[in-house]
Amino acid sequence: MRRHYTTLAALGLAVTCGAWSDAAGAQQARAGGAAQLDFWPVRGNVYMLAGAGGNVTASVGSDGVLLVDTGTAEASDAVAAALSRLQERLALAGRLDGVLDADAAIAAPPRFPNYTHAPVKPVRYVINTSARLDHSGANAALAAPRNGGAAAPVIAQENVLIRLVSGEAPFERLPTETFSSGEHVLGNAFNGDRIRLIHVPAAVTDGDTMVYFRAADIISTGDVFSMESFPVIDVNSGGSIDGVIRALNAILRLAIPEAYGEGGTLIVPGHGRLADSADVGYYRDMLTIIREQVRNAIDSGMTLDQIRVLRPTLGFEGRFGAESSGWTADMFLEAVYRSLREPLQ
Amino acid sequence: MSCCIMLLRRPTGRATARQEMLTPLTKRYILEVLFPRSLGGLTRALLALFAGLCLTGQAAAQMDFSGEWTAVPAQANVENPQIGEYAGLPMNDEALRRAEIWDPAIESLPVWQCRPQTGASIKLGPSALRISKLIDGSSRELVAFQAEWLRSGGVPIYLDGRPHPPGHAAHSWGGFSTGVWIGDMLKVTTTHLKEGYYRRNGVPQSDRAELTEYLIRRRFRGKDYLTWVVIANDPVYLTEPLVRSGEYRLDPARSLEPYPCALVKPVNGSDDLVPSYPPGANEQIHNFADGYGLPRRIVADGAATMYPEFRAVLAEGQTGTQAPAVGVVQP
Repeated sequence: MRRHYTTLAALGLAVTCGAWSDAAGAQQARAGGAAQLDFWPVRGNVYMLAGAGGNVTASVGSDGVLLVDTGTAEASDAVAAALSRLQERLALAGRLDGVLDADAAIAAPPRFPNYTHAPVKPVRYVINTSARLDHSGANAALAAPRNGGAAAPVIAQENVLIRLVSGEAPFERLPTETFSSGEHVLGNAFNGDRIRLIHVPAAVTDGDTMVYFRAADIISTGDVFSMESFPVIDVNSGGSIDGVIRALNAILRLAIPEAYGEGGTLIVPGHGRLADSADVGYYRDMLTIIREQVRNAIDSGMTLDQIRVLRPTLGFEGRFGAESSGWTADMFLEAVYRSLREPLQ
Repeated sequence: MSCCIMLLRRPTGRATARQEMLTPLTKRYILEVLFPRSLGGLTRALLALFAGLCLTGQAAAQMDFSGEWTAVPAQANVENPQIGEYAGLPMNDEALRRAEIWDPAIESLPVWQCRPQTGASIKLGPSALRISKLIDGSSRELVAFQAEWLRSGGVPIYLDGRPHPPGHAAHSWGGFSTGVWIGDMLKVTTTHLKEGYYRRNGVPQSDRAELTEYLIRRRFRGKDYLTWVVIANDPVYLTEPLVRSGEYRLDPARSLEPYPCALVKPVNGSDDLVPSYPPGANEQIHNFADGYGLPRRIVADGAATMYPEFRAVLAEGQTGTQAPAVGVVQP
């Protein structure tokens, strides 16, 4: 009996040790998985935050903070806290210090470390890529004036203002500046970067904007590109599959990879992980293939129910059919069908 | 898994030299103290296994994988697989649909012309391999092995215990790799891969795949060989882990040439043109099965084709009695 128990104990120890070593390896391999939201450095002065509804892109530097999208209203406190932590880290490192002498390329460091650094700067601009709540819900909170300063302007394409007003959105959520043409450029360089706002018509809505940080070589796309789900096309708000694919091709024309087709221009999607032109290429290919299958089915006289049986999204549902997010593959398929059957005038 | 590989592998190199320093009497004395005969044989064996699992992970034994390596040619890495040749891959319905509609002309699109294979398949060959050592300048400790193939960038395998990036970090063709030693074998964990292929006939690999790899160096008939075992877990496209390996031979005379890639604009290029087959329209899908006289269900049977029991299915098919095809591919 004693030998039996000893054998069992030895077996248990062996299994435990093996499981422990594998778990330790897996734990080492897994991401940090912090519960709080944090900004992740993309390149230069540009950072991204995931998990606030939609992704938030931030340019943080000596000129202050520029935000592309603000996330949901519920996450506004978490986003503000993450922004404060980021700015405090940058301030300690002197990254928020401006160059006092405009002619000096590099400010000479003092000989003795008895100096302090510039304090954190306020949010100077907020740009909305669309009117959606998960991208503009925290406008009021994050653009609010601080320390007696002025509120940050909220810039969006004019259709965003029209949609929000017609949807009776609260006044504090409305954009304060709009543009109607294809492109809008901020008047001054911000944090050393020239920033272009590019309107992509009839994409997921009729008011979509992408933001291009030219010096940092980063494009913040909003919901025209997602690494989490099929594009959430709102046909009732002027969205279409053709417009989304045109927008993705526009990104591919603008983006230049660094080597072997990856890196170089970095893409911050509306949802999901940081990407590059290869990831946009996969997404563009997927949508083009699905669109062609649906279009061919429509041309052969099939109804939506008949097209559902064909399952044009099979092969991509496992990756982008985000059933848990409320935008299912079937909803996407219906949006594609409607936007092809009801082309915009 | 790791302990089974360790026990089955024949020790080489410095480990062998250390063992030869122990006289037979010394070895017998140590074993008698640690595992007394009063315990049963099974118990002694389990205790030995426990000691091995707990100690070899922290052992200082390491292996040098650096050098220029030539891939040992094998059918899996030399021949181009046919369309429909999916045997041995645990594909699910999603993967089967992607492979069925795949048109190789998609590789002519500018966004793909310079694309290398991802970490899930390039390690299997046939590209030449260079492994370099990245050494910390202060401590002179080995920080990482850097692996690069003829048509890829460098992929570091970090050995300094750093964590993997968070889920929203960018992915790359080679992924992010960390390694731990198991004796003189290196166990590597790779995450953050880009989407790619498991086989060069359109079998997709998702960007949610994660790899567990083992690097084993050994000497055989006077030559040094490197075995690179790759185990892919892919929740999007595979129903089971896919276990494969590549073999390399140390070749000091080999050099890795630069491989610049210049984009060429397709003749009939258009932003709206993404080559693919409509579902059910790819007439080549059964070429492999028909060419070898195999039942057409071999295209769609996924993980079943990995196991020896599938030979009975093949034999049944060759007598003319075909089982109905499963999945979405119709015979």
